[in-house]
Amino acid sequence: MPLIAGRLGRIGLPVVAAAVALAFAAAVTSAVLAATGANPLAAFRQMIGYGSQPDSVVNIINRGTTYYLSAVAVAIGFRMRLFNIGVDGQYRLAAMLAAAFGGFVALPPVLHQAAVIVVAALVGGLWAGIAGVLKVTRGVSEVISTIMLNFISTGIIAFLLRPNLFAVQVQGSNNIGTPPIPPSGRVPGFPLTGASIQVFGLVLLAVAVGVAFAVLVGRTRFGFDLRAAGLSPSAAVASGVNVPQMVVATMVLSGAVAGLLGMPQLLGDSFTYALDFPTGLGFTGIAIALLGRNHPVGIAFAALLWAFLDQSAQILDLFGIAKEIVIITQATVVLSVVVVYEVVHRFVLAQQQRAVGEQLGADERVAGATA
Amino acid sequence: MTQTQPDTPAPGESAPPAVELRGIGKRFPGVVANHNVDVTVRHGAVHAIVGENGAGKSTLMKILYGMLRPDEGTIAIDGETVAFHSPADAIARGIGMVHQHFMLADNLTVLENIVLGAEHLHGIASGARRRIAELSDAYGLGVQPDRRVEHLGVGDRQRVEILKVLYRGARIIILDEPTAVLVPQEVDELFGNLRELQREGLTVLFISHKLDEVLAVADAITVMRDGTTVASVRPSEVTARELAELMVGSELPVPELRESTVTDVPALTLEGVSVLSAEGRALVDSVSLAIHRGEILGIAGVEGNGQAELVEAIMGVRPVAAGRVLLEDLDITGWTTRRRREAGIGYIPEDRQRHGLLLEAPLWENRVLGHQTQPPNVKRLGGWIGGWVDRLGARRDTRRIVETYEVHTPGVDVPATSLSGGNQQRLIVGREMTGSPRVLIAAHPTRGVDVGAQAAIWGFLREARAEGLAVLLVSADLDELIGMSDALYALCRGRLVARVDPATVTPEELGIAMTGGMPGAG
Repeated sequence: MPLIAGRLGRIGLPVVAAAVALAFAAAVTSAVLAATGANPLAAFRQMIGYGSQPDSVVNIINRGTTYYLSAVAVAIGFRMRLFNIGVDGQYRLAAMLAAAFGGFVALPPVLHQAAVIVVAALVGGLWAGIAGVLKVTRGVSEVISTIMLNFISTGIIAFLLRPNLFAVQVQGSNNIGTPPIPPSGRVPGFPLTGASIQVFGLVLLAVAVGVAFAVLVGRTRFGFDLRAAGLSPSAAVASGVNVPQMVVATMVLSGAVAGLLGMPQLLGDSFTYALDFPTGLGFTGIAIALLGRNHPVGIAFAALLWAFLDQSAQILDLFGIAKEIVIITQATVVLSVVVVYEVVHRFVLAQQQRAVGEQLGADERVAGATA
Repeated sequence: MTQTQPDTPAPGESAPPAVELRGIGKRFPGVVANHNVDVTVRHGAVHAIVGENGAGKSTLMKILYGMLRPDEGTIAIDGETVAFHSPADAIARGIGMVHQHFMLADNLTVLENIVLGAEHLHGIASGARRRIAELSDAYGLGVQPDRRVEHLGVGDRQRVEILKVLYRGARIIILDEPTAVLVPQEVDELFGNLRELQREGLTVLFISHKLDEVLAVADAITVMRDGTTVASVRPSEVTARELAELMVGSELPVPELRESTVTDVPALTLEGVSVLSAEGRALVDSVSLAIHRGEILGIAGVEGNGQAELVEAIMGVRPVAAGRVLLEDLDITGWTTRRRREAGIGYIPEDRQRHGLLLEAPLWENRVLGHQTQPPNVKRLGGWIGGWVDRLGARRDTRRIVETYEVHTPGVDVPATSLSGGNQQRLIVGREMTGSPRVLIAAHPTRGVDVGAQAAIWGFLREARAEGLAVLLVSADLDELIGMSDALYALCRGRLVARVDPATVTPEELGIAMTGGMPGAG
């Protein structure tokens, strides 16, 4: 019985919570659709139909890959109760500098891609590390410092992305960007049957990051220290965890993953960091990390769900429905998953306590009878 | 030995009892907190309810005070059956409760605290002041209405709490573990106050597990065990030991050491250790002592006199401002907590829930906690990830601890929060004694645990001592300190103010030493 409760707590609980939250979000969205005079069922049918077309699937996977990296970056911090709101600035700065690096250097294939990715991770890690160092040396909340660093990185990017510095005119437009990365530094995509576009090759990078995250947090001593500091900072200190050191290490790690977030797009599609490089992905990562309960597999599902909603909503405009309706769905699902998870969590905990109490009561009755 | 006497009032008492509880039962999910509870409290009595932690005393008092509703049974006040839906109903019937943890606003004055929530009685100004003065004089409480609560000592705060319930018109006062936070001298003052209340015709219900105190102050005693009342006795008819055995239902553990195992090899030495607060005040003031192999060294002191800081300094959690800490011959003053633990210092923290456990994590992860760098919890040490957590090894060793230290649990995968306090503490003790530590820092190792766990923990400490472990024992339980220490110091305002001989010192003498007075023993 306690074992079942334990299993349910570990695996079943998030699934139940997510399902309930999703159902609730669908209900709220339907209500809003109905209130605006649209037919919710027809709208959902259109979304599913459009979202399952091959090109849409590719877009969902590509977008989901980016979301996944973003959410993992946030989740690493969350596991230690660090709120890295600066993923956005970290990835933009990292992508810009890595793009410039990749565009200016000439290296053989494999080495070229690897070097660009390492530069991105280093830049992201160091940028986030500033917030970690500020926290442990000056007591600055990482919430404040990371969000301020976002603005600073915007400024740095604007400063560096100028002709004569890191930028060149993009051919055939007024846009400026870093020099295009030569073919030796690009990552080829995977074709998907029936689709006219390709899946990012670096979807594999996201998978590798996910596995590394799971192994690091779940199986290593570093991960144990990280989780201990997240569960109870006071107990972690008493157990010998060097919390300041862990804060810096965790921020650097979170930033390094954030730095990777622009890579699938950069090396698989854009090949240059121009003014139109996607922004704001870091904030989406916060919502997805919450939705995925900071779990490597949960985040993967959450990222794909999010990407599906983004992609499939494109069709709604054709039917006179504002596609922004999915923002309501996304917001509701995050809010309700947080609430539902907490409710279910308490329920399971009470179940476990009861199970322990019952079992011990039974033991004592047996002991009493034999005594 | 279970002696249950019928709970009838003595002959010649015709007035209905102040409080009569009949057949009270209360169930929580999976736990029967109270069943078949019968208590009769005479008018004007000081009636003690005694029992171990978890015997159901607090649940019963919460029922009487309207905070919980009984599942069965009746409550009668002055012969009239009542049903309370909230504490407000109980207050209206003249019942007041002083909680173990004071409920006072530090930044308000005594007067403001008393009036808060009872403004309708005598206003908030001169009327209230007059009433407080009257009550304070009538019951000899000596309360100064304009002092701010943050400047008051523990005893004064308690008198404010008592005055608070009197102000609200209480004629029956419940005191939940009132002596838990007091030093012996303050306990005497409290008892003086209780007698005043009694003289004025009030009824006092006094919850405690400190039997000497109960015998000293109570007119009648009800003993609770396992959620029910097992005996009602008069203090003149029982000894403390008999009472304790009624409480436990069996023979009682005694904190005592047998033959000395003290050697002359110092295991842990402090040389002039000082710890400063953020403002630069000395919390620990040049403390020097040496704990030898096979020795238990006790530190007595009123809470907040530097014990916690001393322990944290030894564990490397708090920086040492001056002085040295030596583990055998090694100067470990600058070492990290982890390095100290690896070097063989075990640590039983004073607050097990905040410092000793990850409550939501399973037992086996809690076994890893504090020993993250040592086998059998990790393998292939090294690298910046610090090696791999050995889940199998840690689980297996947790099972061993559960068995050896008799942790009552259905398995090692349940979260620590689902265990009782005593079982949590057994797990911590087992964990900290694993891996042959050289020194054990034990802060309040038996606080808030049941008698069974207490006896077991004392036994484990004795065994480890016999094998050469050096133990620093910090405790608020003077009997434990006197019984379990080979050497005993009193700490007051961060200084070691006295060394006493645990073989001859009495708790009273130790109490005097703790407050800075000098006992006979040098």
